[in-house]
Amino acid sequence: MSLGMTFFSIFIFPGLLYALPAGWFMVWLQRKTEARLQKRLGPPFFQPFFDFVKLLYKNSVFQPGLNGILMTFYPILASAALIGALSLLPVFSNRQGFTGDLVLLVALLEIPSISLVLAGFTSQSIFGAIGSIREAVLSITYNFSFLLAIVVLALDAKTLQLSILSESPLTLARGIALIAILLCLPAKLHLNPFSQANAEQEIYTGSLTEYSGIQLALWELAHSLEWVALTGLVASLVLPRTGVWYLDVFLFLITSFILVILLAAISAGTARVKIDQAVRFYVRWGLIAGIAALIVALLSPGIGL
Amino acid sequence: MNTIERLIIYSRTRSPWLFHINSGACNGCDIEFVSCLTPRFDVEQLGIRLQGSPRHADIVIISGPVTRKSLEPLITVYNQVPDPKVVVALGSCPASCNVFAGSPVVVGPLSRHIPVDVYVPGCPPHPEAIIEGISQAIKILAKKPVLKKEEVSP
Repeated sequence: MSLGMTFFSIFIFPGLLYALPAGWFMVWLQRKTEARLQKRLGPPFFQPFFDFVKLLYKNSVFQPGLNGILMTFYPILASAALIGALSLLPVFSNRQGFTGDLVLLVALLEIPSISLVLAGFTSQSIFGAIGSIREAVLSITYNFSFLLAIVVLALDAKTLQLSILSESPLTLARGIALIAILLCLPAKLHLNPFSQANAEQEIYTGSLTEYSGIQLALWELAHSLEWVALTGLVASLVLPRTGVWYLDVFLFLITSFILVILLAAISAGTARVKIDQAVRFYVRWGLIAGIAALIVALLSPGIGL
Repeated sequence: MNTIERLIIYSRTRSPWLFHINSGACNGCDIEFVSCLTPRFDVEQLGIRLQGSPRHADIVIISGPVTRKSLEPLITVYNQVPDPKVVVALGSCPASCNVFAGSPVVVGPLSRHIPVDVYVPGCPPHPEAIIEGISQAIKILAKKPVLKKEEVSP
């Protein structure tokens, strides 16, 4: 990957310049879809932007010592990791990336969840600690099926390079693996029915209870970037490559936004389940989907057991 | 006032997040307040969100006549809300202690303990009146300085 291409993918597309407005748009789309499904009007179009600017210029509570530094560091780490993950997404059909960037992508996508867990414990709030424990338990359980699905994707295409992987044809094993990834998305994005980690009726806002002002603004930013990165991952893996760059980008955007509407509809149509029920769901259905994909991939003729 | 400040003030008026404190109310005002979030009144179209944590709030909504037991937590939670913040007193109880006036366990009215910006009278107030009160509070919020600390002693 050339230096110019790296710069372009980090800062312009699908990096910062695209991800910021797209993240706000996706958060608005999710809230609007949920509101319309509940027969409400929902927030105005620029709502996530207004929330962000307001929080940026609101006084934040001063936290002394190392905790204060870490409480600012964790949201920045999460946002930076997500920008990195976005820049690795294979949107264009020309060969870019490097061998093993699939592993890097998975690692970068896991950093926001880890920093959210650490952020809750660092804030020294009892609600933050409970939220962090829930987030940690959920992330361990859904990662069984998420990582299995990633392994199947790599095994099926016989590569660890995202650009080659996204261009390989859609097989049955890959379809099941994508379903397993889709099952993990509500928990990764803290949506109903797996929103136990930020359950405002039970534990205030979970890990982010003590965060205010600019730190909370950075967390909102990280959350909107997470939307772009995760829907973008599924969109770039599920789409066929046309070879025309603007058509690729157009299909990528449309699929991402359709995924947002789908996830918002699931979120509006379900209620939050208990943490043990969520764990049971992922250990049962997530693992079934993951293992089924693995078996299909191992039995397919090209692999050769 | 330059463009950035105007944008900040405008964003603040378009995204007021609420935090609700019950200081010994009979729950009547709280039910009417929650109905503002329902599809019929839907305050989310004004950018309003009910927040779980006082650290995230801009507007504090307080109902109840302030009982002796709830005074200390009330002031603690009020101080936890970062500036700029506006207080809305919901119902007749925080304004005048209502039917609980004279009770030995009631230490209200609310303005004796923390500064109140908007009163929404009624027992309970109608949801339209609550939304009107919140919109008054948003106007007060817009007049607050862009970054300035305010302290209240317990």
